[in-house]
Amino acid sequence: MELYMSLAIGVLFTVGVYLILSKSLLRIILGTSFITHGVHLLLLTMSRLKTGAAPLLGEQAESYVDPLPQALILTSIVISFGVTSFFIVLAYKAYQKLGTDDMEQLRGEQNE
Amino acid sequence: MNNTLVLPLIIPLLTAVILVFLQGRIHLQRWISGASGLANIAAAAYILYQVKTDGIQTLYMSGWAPPYGIVFVADMLAALLVLTTALIGTCCIVYSFRSIGEEREKHYYYPLLQFLLVGVMGSFLTGDIFNLFVCFEVMLISSYALIVHGGTKLQLRESLKYILINILSSALFVAAVAYLYGVTGALNMADLSVRVAEAGQGGILNVIAMLFMIVFALKAGLFLFFWLPGAYSAPPTAIRTIFAALLTKVGLYALLRTFTLIFYHDHSATHSWLGWMAGATMVLGAIGALAYKDVPRILNYNVVISVGFIVFGLVSANKDALDGAVFYLLHDMIGKALLFLLGGMIIAVAGTKKLSQMGGLIRSHPYLGWMFFVTVLAIAGIPPFSGFAGKLMIIRGGFAAENYLLATLSVASSLVVLYSLIRIFMAAFWGEESERAGGVMEERKSDYRFKLLCGAGLLVLVIAMGIGAEWVYGFVSEAGQTLIQPAIYIDAVLKE
Repeated sequence: MELYMSLAIGVLFTVGVYLILSKSLLRIILGTSFITHGVHLLLLTMSRLKTGAAPLLGEQAESYVDPLPQALILTSIVISFGVTSFFIVLAYKAYQKLGTDDMEQLRGEQNE
Repeated sequence: MNNTLVLPLIIPLLTAVILVFLQGRIHLQRWISGASGLANIAAAAYILYQVKTDGIQTLYMSGWAPPYGIVFVADMLAALLVLTTALIGTCCIVYSFRSIGEEREKHYYYPLLQFLLVGVMGSFLTGDIFNLFVCFEVMLISSYALIVHGGTKLQLRESLKYILINILSSALFVAAVAYLYGVTGALNMADLSVRVAEAGQGGILNVIAMLFMIVFALKAGLFLFFWLPGAYSAPPTAIRTIFAALLTKVGLYALLRTFTLIFYHDHSATHSWLGWMAGATMVLGAIGALAYKDVPRILNYNVVISVGFIVFGLVSANKDALDGAVFYLLHDMIGKALLFLLGGMIIAVAGTKKLSQMGGLIRSHPYLGWMFFVTVLAIAGIPPFSGFAGKLMIIRGGFAAENYLLATLSVASSLVVLYSLIRIFMAAFWGEESERAGGVMEERKSDYRFKLLCGAGLLVLVIAMGIGAEWVYGFVSEAGQTLIQPAIYIDAVLKE
């Protein structure tokens, strides 16, 4: 199971990197989302996907899954959610003010 | 257990929350943030005193003993950095009173600054690797908001790149934590250190160490600094100052911590790479500092050079070099803050960023000129000032570790630093007065004096650190001792 997850995470990272290297700002933001998805799945996979009950003591099971990575992922999800929403609003504002979403045109030192 | 450890974090946090509710009342905001800055300095100084008298201080959150809970650790290095951060933060806050402008102040400028300080203080004090990530994010998200605060075209353009780079490096950070957790099953730094030592640092742990190296190098501007010169020239002076003085230094602190506490077993695999990166950083930074002819870029490339220099101290990894790295880190935080404040004042006074359009300011602004001159000497490492002792120790440690190439490079980079900054001094203050000097009158005299006073406060620190180097060394030596003997840190955290 870990093998398939690793392959899926690899695909997510590949797609993310490919999108980040493109010109359009929206595709770049999409790329960062793909990469953070990959990272969160990586956190989950790294704690071994052995079977066990959900980490609730009420389940009264023999064994439970590792609760720590789930807490880490939850933290990381809200952080990346905040950052992504900031990034999207920033991209919108930049589009309004600079009149382009093409990263090629957003470089250099002229006109400042 | 020592509850005062949480004060440097909780004071700015509560202040920020209070300030959010006082949006329109600028004077009240200024008073509160100034007062909280002073309280923070007092708390940090008290923690430093405790660490000096009673050794390393720890705080177990909610009483959960490590490795199960989050632990705050103040060893000498963290305590010194927290005090330096509090001093610089307060100075920048006070400087903002007269420089940042009412429009920005009305839009949550002071709360954001306080949140930035929360993140920086937390990163220095935490003893847990995932908590370090969270504190990094607190710091970075405030820095995103500050770098684009005001929303000029230049800021919007540069902050897009800054945010993208930091999102990527944060994602890599989480990936590195995931791998490390997968291998060791620990998140507490002291516990990690023990487990890595037990497992023997080979193969997979070296790969993870390299991943951490890449992450922190991106944050600190070590070799992977391509984002730094552009991003740091966008925001206004006060924000730029706090970025240059604190943000890259948090990355440096993380490098120092991870590569002296956790991954210190296999020098040929990790430290030799760090050595190459440090050398390349100094060379590339020097090229940048020489190539540009506008004030912000020259100052930004000087930040890059000093990052390479401090990592050189980490690479040599003997007592002298680590002492030197700590001493130089403290000096560099204060020195760069001072340099950026004065650089911003020169730009404001001359009304231009370009060296070719400045000139003759020494007649109208003698104090600014001579203060800048002394700062340049201090940054370059001329003996009576604070840069000298750290540089001497790093280079002596480098020779002792037989890193002759890097030692030569770092001496040469000092010359470049001196030349590039003196060029600003000569272009701005000597020569004929340029017609642009009319910009002086646009700024009120009282504002100018007020800002000069902020700079003078930092200048006193720089001079005192140089003259009282022997006294400062008493503290620094203790910090270096903890870095070179991780057992001291581990014992303090895991056994109480």
